[in-house]
Amino acid sequence: MVDMIKDKFDALTVAQNWADEGRQIAIATVVETWGSAPRPTGSHLVIDSDGNFEGSVSGGCVEGAVVFDAVDAIESGEPKMLEFGVADETAWEVGLSCGGRIKIYVEPVAT
Amino acid sequence: MDQSLLISLNAAREARQPAIVVTNLSSGAKRLVLSDEIIADPLSEILFSRLKSGKSGIEEMENGDQFVQVYVPSVRLVLIGAVHISQAIAPMAAACGYDLTIIDPRTAFATPERFEGYTLHAEWPEDMMGDDYLDPFTALVAVTHDSKIDDYPLKAALDAGCFYVGALGSRKTHAKRVLRLLEAGADQEVVDRIRAPIGLNIGAATPAEIAVAIMGQIIETQRKPVTLGKKT
Repeated sequence: MVDMIKDKFDALTVAQNWADEGRQIAIATVVETWGSAPRPTGSHLVIDSDGNFEGSVSGGCVEGAVVFDAVDAIESGEPKMLEFGVADETAWEVGLSCGGRIKIYVEPVAT
Repeated sequence: MDQSLLISLNAAREARQPAIVVTNLSSGAKRLVLSDEIIADPLSEILFSRLKSGKSGIEEMENGDQFVQVYVPSVRLVLIGAVHISQAIAPMAAACGYDLTIIDPRTAFATPERFEGYTLHAEWPEDMMGDDYLDPFTALVAVTHDSKIDDYPLKAALDAGCFYVGALGSRKTHAKRVLRLLEAGADQEVVDRIRAPIGLNIGAATPAEIAVAIMGQIIETQRKPVTLGKKT
């Protein structure tokens, strides 16, 4: 039971399990925050090539966009830096409603 | 990132060894530095200071920005008593990332079936807790109500400077406990560090609710160091 709980809540454990299963994965990490950011520097999100994900880099505000870019990064094999600020007025723009800003580094895991 | 780095990093975390991952944000180059390797690392000074603060962040260097991520071992929780409340605390502690151990000499309570998958010792605390068993990064919670079982680990936790020491029991039970600990030679100031009645005052009634109140108080003590040693 401990393992089940840990598997679900610890993104790096999930990452290793997914990689062991032969899935193509990327890890996203919060590398810098300004203002009231929902998750602290160092928080991880793990994503697979089908867009499944575990962990978090925000309060659910930007994960969708990060997953999109992570799938891209898995395909290209290149890491990328993403930055999110306050949610834009335009409905299609993702952002942080809390008013903070975060920088997220997305890198594919080479198996 | 290489899968081998991920495996080595997770192994270090599992073994409770502090580790640092340095990522060059321009080139993508990445390396794992285990705590005993810092001294030989070219960035040793920065890494030591990062490890001490436990804070991850970006370091601006000539060859580009370096993201230094610190992985410190998770906080430990030692539960004295394999009772109903402990069964509720166990999965919550696991979800919060605590490293959990349950100790209860009463073999009727301390059965693997009741605590499947958790580290459980059906032994007297004084028999299995060595001198260095407890440390300031450990929380100790005593929930048996039985002074024969609870008193020794409570005293040991206070002596070891555990960041959180809590004991279940009414005010009356706790008053008697305090007297026993004082008679055993503990200082009043030290005994005052025991959180009793245990848990945040949220009117918890069921074992699961009491577990929430206890976990809440442990987290508050860990995350808001100002409250350390103060009674709330």
